[in-house]
Amino acid sequence: MKTTIADLKIGQRALIKEITSDLIPLKLLEMGCLPGNEVQLLQMAPFQCPIYLNVNGSHLAIRKEVAAQIEVQIL
Amino acid sequence: MAKQIKVSLIGNPNTGKTSVFNLLTGLNQQVGNYPGITVQKKEGICKLSRGVKAHILDLPGTYSLNASSLDENVVIELLLNKKDKDFPDVAVVVSDVENLKRNLLLFTQIKDLEIPTILVINMADRMKRTGITLDVPLLEKELNTKIALISARKNEGIDELKQLIESYGTLSSEPCVDALTFAPDYFERLKKAFPKQSLYKLWLVITQDVNFRKIDKQELDITPDFQIKSESELKRFQQKETIKRYQFINNVLKKGLFIDEKAATGVRARLDRILTHKVWGYAIFFAILLLIFQAIYDWSSYPMDLIDEGFAWLSEVTKSVLPAGPFVDLITDGIIPGLGGIVIFIPQIAFLFLFISILEESGYMSRVVFLMDRVMRKFGLSGKSVVPLISGTACAIPAVMATRNIENWKERLITILVVPFTTCSARLPVYLIIIALVIPDEKIGWIFSYQSLTLMLLYFIGFLAAVGASWILNKTLNIKSKSYFVIEMPGYKVPMFKNVAINVIEKTKAFVFGAGKIILAISIILWVLASFGPNEKFSKAEEIVSTAHTNLTGEELETEIASYKLEHSFIGYAGKAIEPIVAPLGYDWKIGIGIISSFAAREVFVGTLATIYSVGSDEEETIKNRMAAEVDAKGLPLFNLASGISLLLFYAFAMQCMSTLAIVKRETNGWKWPLMQLVFMSLLAYSTALIAYQILK
Repeated sequence: MKTTIADLKIGQRALIKEITSDLIPLKLLEMGCLPGNEVQLLQMAPFQCPIYLNVNGSHLAIRKEVAAQIEVQIL
Repeated sequence: MAKQIKVSLIGNPNTGKTSVFNLLTGLNQQVGNYPGITVQKKEGICKLSRGVKAHILDLPGTYSLNASSLDENVVIELLLNKKDKDFPDVAVVVSDVENLKRNLLLFTQIKDLEIPTILVINMADRMKRTGITLDVPLLEKELNTKIALISARKNEGIDELKQLIESYGTLSSEPCVDALTFAPDYFERLKKAFPKQSLYKLWLVITQDVNFRKIDKQELDITPDFQIKSESELKRFQQKETIKRYQFINNVLKKGLFIDEKAATGVRARLDRILTHKVWGYAIFFAILLLIFQAIYDWSSYPMDLIDEGFAWLSEVTKSVLPAGPFVDLITDGIIPGLGGIVIFIPQIAFLFLFISILEESGYMSRVVFLMDRVMRKFGLSGKSVVPLISGTACAIPAVMATRNIENWKERLITILVVPFTTCSARLPVYLIIIALVIPDEKIGWIFSYQSLTLMLLYFIGFLAAVGASWILNKTLNIKSKSYFVIEMPGYKVPMFKNVAINVIEKTKAFVFGAGKIILAISIILWVLASFGPNEKFSKAEEIVSTAHTNLTGEELETEIASYKLEHSFIGYAGKAIEPIVAPLGYDWKIGIGIISSFAAREVFVGTLATIYSVGSDEEETIKNRMAAEVDAKGLPLFNLASGISLLLFYAFAMQCMSTLAIVKRETNGWKWPLMQLVFMSLLAYSTALIAYQILK
C-alpha cells in the first residue's frame, strides 16, 4: 500500500514523491506541494479532516481525500 | 489632465497587499464592481512627486495566473488585454518576506507577460523575528526587476516604492525564467504560428477557461490544432510548468535568502496548539461567538435607541416647522421613518464587521474555517460558510456579501440560499410581541421561563432550517464546481487599525447605499398605499366616523378615524383581498396587512399592527393589550396559542425581506435564485404555519 499525506501522524515529516494523479488541484502545487519538498503534519481537526500542513514553508489546510492522493516517503 | 501612471497591485492573499494599497492611496479610494460581475474593484489615486499621479488598481488576491475563481479571472482578463483602459503601465507584485518562495511563483508569471514589474517585499519588520536575511541586489539581478523592501505596518519603504513607480520607464519588461520548455515540439510550433506574440500569453489563452471575448480575437486567435487534447494532459503540462518555475525560484533563493532557524520564534506554533485544539479550539471559538452576539444585541442597543429617538424627534420637528399637507406627510411619515429604518441597523452592522475584520486580519478566521469545515461539509457547506451564518444573526444582507470568499460556487450558492433562515435581528420584535401574547408567563423549575425557552427554540429552528435546507440543496443541485478546498493558514498578526477601520466604513457604506435605496423606496410605497384610498369611504372618513361614534372626542376619535381610514385605504383593501388565503393559518385581514407590509422588512409588522389597532403611541405594552383584546367572529381571542404559533413559524421561515432578495440578485447575477428562494421559503412558511394552526386549533 502506498503511503500518503493522509497517513501521517501529528508532527511527522515526509518527502513528497512523484505527483501523478490529476485529482490534485493545481492550486496545491502552486502553494509549494511539489515532488521533493518536505511536508510536515501540524494539526488535525476532529475526524482527521481537514489537516493542517507545513509544505515547503507554506502553511495550509486541505481535506483528507486530497491528502490521500499525495504519495510521500516518511522521514 | 496630466497623464496618470496606471499601476496594478497584484499579489497572493495575506501578503498585506491591501495595506500597501491603503498606504499608497490613503482614503483617496473608491470601491465598485467590475462590470457585470460582483467582484469588488478597488481603485485609488496616489500622489507622486512634482504633480505626477498614479492610478492604483488593487486587483483581487491570487496565488497564480491559473485562475480558479471569478476574482482570479479578473486578473488574467485585465493583464491579457492591452486595450483595457486599466491595462497597467507597471505591475507591482506584493509579496510577504516569510512566504517569498510561494509569492515568487506569481511574480515569474507576471514577468512572462512582458509588463514592467516591481517586486514589493512586505513585512520587512518581521525579518528579525523570523531570522531572515536577503541579498536584495542579487535578487534584483536574478529576477530582472527592482525590489522595494517595505513594512506597511511601520510605514517604511513606501517613498522608495513611489520613486520606483515614477521611474517605471527604466524597468525591465523581460521574463526572468523560461518555464515553457517541457514540451519543446509543441511550443516550437506555437512560436512559429504566432511569431510576434509572447509565448506565455498564448499559453494562458489556451489553458485558461476565462472570458476572452473582450480581448482582441485576431491578435490571439488560436486554431484548434493547438488545443490540448485532454483535461489530464493539460493538467500535467500545468504541473510541469509549476515545477519548472519552482526550480528556478529555489535556485535564486538559495543564493539570495538566508534563514537562521535559531533566531525564529515559535509564536505561530504555540498559538496554533491552543486555537486549533480539539477541545480548546472550539471552546475559544464559541466564547468569541458569544462576545459577538453580546455586541450585536446588547452593546449596539444603546446607539440604536439614540438613533430611533433622533429620527422620531426629527419627524416631529419637521411636522411642526413645515406647513401641513400631503407632501409634508410623505416626508414625516414616509421618508424620515424609512431613512431611520436603514440608519438604525448601522451600529449592528458596524460591530459585526469590526469583529469579522479583526478576526480576519489577525489570521484567526482561517483557524475557524479549519475547525468547522468537516461539520459544515456534511450539509454541502464549507468551513468558509461559518462567517456568513454568524453574520446572518444580525442581518442577512452583510451575510450574503460575506460569502464571497468561498471559492466553490456550489458551496457558496447554498450558503447564500440558506442564510436568510438564520434568525436575524429584524425578526426579534415580532417574536417578542407574539410570545408575550400567546405563551404563558410561567416558569419551569426555578430558572427557565416558557417564554425565553420559546425564543431559544425559535433561534434553534432557524438554524435547523438553514442546515436542513442546505442538506436538501446539496442533494438536489446539480452544479459542477472545479474549485477545491485549500486554505492558507497565515501567520498571526496584530490587526492594523487603518485596515480594520477602512473595512468597517466600506462595508457599512455598501449596506447603507445598497440596501438603503430599497428600504426607502418600499417605505414610501407603503406610505402611499396606506395614505390613499380608492373611494369615498377613505376621503370622507372623518365625517363617517364622527357620525357613527358621537360619544368619542379628541384623541380617541382621531385614532378611530385613522383605523377606519386604514381599513379603506389601498393597503386595507389588499388585506381584505388576501384574507381568504391567510384565514386557514388563523389570521384576519389586519394580520394579513401586517404580513404584506412586512414583506419589505419584517420589523414593519409591529408598527403596522400598531397603526391598525389604532394605538396612538407604539409602546409595546399598549399594543400588546390591544392585540390581546382582539376577537374573531365567534368572540374568541384572535391571538391564541394556535394562531400565535402559526405566526411565529411563518415569520421564522418566510422570505420577507426585499433587501435580501436584492442582494442575492446582485450576488448571483440574476433573478433566478432570489425568486426560487422567495417561492421555496414562502411555501415552507405557509405550509408549516397551516399545519401548526390546523393541529393546535
